[in-house]
Amino acid sequence: MKKVFKVFKNKAALAGLLIILFFVFIAIFANFIAPYDPYEQSLYDRLQPPSRTHLFGTDDLGRDILSRIIYGARISLTIGIISVALALGMGATAGLISAYYGGIIDTILMRLFDIMLAFPTILLAIAIMAALGPDLKNAMIAVGIVNIPTFARIVRASALVIKEQEYVMAAYALGQSNFKIIFRHILPNIVGPITVQASLSYGGSILSAAGLGFLGMGAQPPTPEWGAMLSQARSFIISAPWTVTFPGIAIFLSVLGFNILGDGLRDFLDPRLR
Amino acid sequence: MYRYIIRRLLIMIPVMIGVSAVVFFLIRSIPGDPAQILLGEHSSEEALEKIRTQLGLDKPKIIQFFYFLYNMIKGDLGRSFLTNEIVSIEIYKHFPATLELTLCSMIFGSTVGLILGVTAATHRNSIIDYITTVISVAGISMPIFWLGLIAIIIFSIKFHILPISGRLDPTITFKAKTGLIILESLIRGDFTVFKDAIYHMILPAVCLGTIPLASIARMTRSSMLEVLNQDFIRTARAKGLPTRKVIYTHALRNALIPVVTVIGLQFGSLLGGAVLTETIFAWPGIGRLSVEAINARDYPVIQGCIIFFAFIFVFINLLVDIIYAFIDPRIRYE
Repeated sequence: MKKVFKVFKNKAALAGLLIILFFVFIAIFANFIAPYDPYEQSLYDRLQPPSRTHLFGTDDLGRDILSRIIYGARISLTIGIISVALALGMGATAGLISAYYGGIIDTILMRLFDIMLAFPTILLAIAIMAALGPDLKNAMIAVGIVNIPTFARIVRASALVIKEQEYVMAAYALGQSNFKIIFRHILPNIVGPITVQASLSYGGSILSAAGLGFLGMGAQPPTPEWGAMLSQARSFIISAPWTVTFPGIAIFLSVLGFNILGDGLRDFLDPRLR
Repeated sequence: MYRYIIRRLLIMIPVMIGVSAVVFFLIRSIPGDPAQILLGEHSSEEALEKIRTQLGLDKPKIIQFFYFLYNMIKGDLGRSFLTNEIVSIEIYKHFPATLELTLCSMIFGSTVGLILGVTAATHRNSIIDYITTVISVAGISMPIFWLGLIAIIIFSIKFHILPISGRLDPTITFKAKTGLIILESLIRGDFTVFKDAIYHMILPAVCLGTIPLASIARMTRSSMLEVLNQDFIRTARAKGLPTRKVIYTHALRNALIPVVTVIGLQFGSLLGGAVLTETIFAWPGIGRLSVEAINARDYPVIQGCIIFFAFIFVFINLLVDIIYAFIDPRIRYE
């Protein structure tokens, strides 16, 4: 445990963690913190500039932007959790199987991931979204799928090294099952690189999902998803620039938090960089 | 070297077939009958049957895929459901705008990224080093579609310095044969058009260029720091070479190897980012074409655009590998 806290001697990693904790806090306690109902429309108050009553102003339907951003944190953090869990679960399993069994399984899986990596990320997500249809749930799946190859490659590379260690050989010699060797002896020893990638992918997933939302392919109105909020606010960029400013800051800060935490973890786990 | 290039070209073939298969089957899995979409809701069963036979939709999917591959090799990606235009011609018409935008973004991103990276490495722990670190982390975390909107608010709406959208002022008529307005106006010596095209390019290129800028600055900094600690740099300094020569001739050339890879990889992000940037700045490129096609459920165009983007990315990766093999001969023999 002491070792874990050492990571946070790195000021950047600590700053990243604090930003993330801030968003987690507002996501959990959104009901108590948000001054208004994020869906409540008031055409009387439409496009109000930031003021004491509406700190971040209101949108074209008179909804309080601050409240929508606070509730939006729930959505963005959920997008990150689901898409990273999907990418990590499938990518790590594929990477472990590929490294452990090698041969034809390894070749097939890696060629498949080569094909997926041949697409610029957001374009593959767009292609998947075209097939699944515009929806928040589908956006999470699409972003998760496009991240699978990255996890698979990192896990495979790390697992290939661990596989050759003597204790893995010993477990094999003792007659332990392949399943046990993979998940009990190899997996726990590659948690480091997986954690770093998960943190970096989390930020990337929020960014990609916001991009899909912005293009109208992710969350649909009236969901207070930050990318979709930006997309709806675009038409009012001249008359109400605040409608565009704040959701973007929220996306930027949350992604920044995960990216600098990921960088800090990488510096900590890779002593060559220190 | 030739053997290396041929080997790499051969590896590209299955990847391209795979890419086409992924897009083809994804698009075919969209619920709904393409014949119905093409002819509209109130079409007769007879007409639908005819169009299905004509398009080969009555055949098994795998056979349809081989037909699709065969046609694609001939350059035929089908026709747009919306405009009935040939998809490959639509792509051909929109590609120069995307090419010009991505190239300008890459030039901006690489130049500024390299300068920042080198300066940060040579002035370690100075204020410029911290600024570079902040820019590189912030650049990676920045939603470019938001950056674009904020840039429009500041530079176009508030200060009226730069145009809000498009490639040229609507009052200017300029027919570029290649579609590359900046290059062609420069060659033809039409400086009014050239100036206007550059004005229109600044905001989209800077926004899109932020993506490679951040990664290139970061990689250049770390690569330079590593090289600056090497013995040959100490030797160069010891023999009394001026610092400028040590940094730019001895260190940077060696530090560039990993930077080239990053530049290549960043082209993928640029192509993806182009979809968002073109949407914000109403840039008439393939990115905007694909978004419009998705909104209109124009499947042949979506399919064509995504395959085209993926092929360009695969091709750029090949180019990077070849450049890499030129710079570092060890790669060829791996």
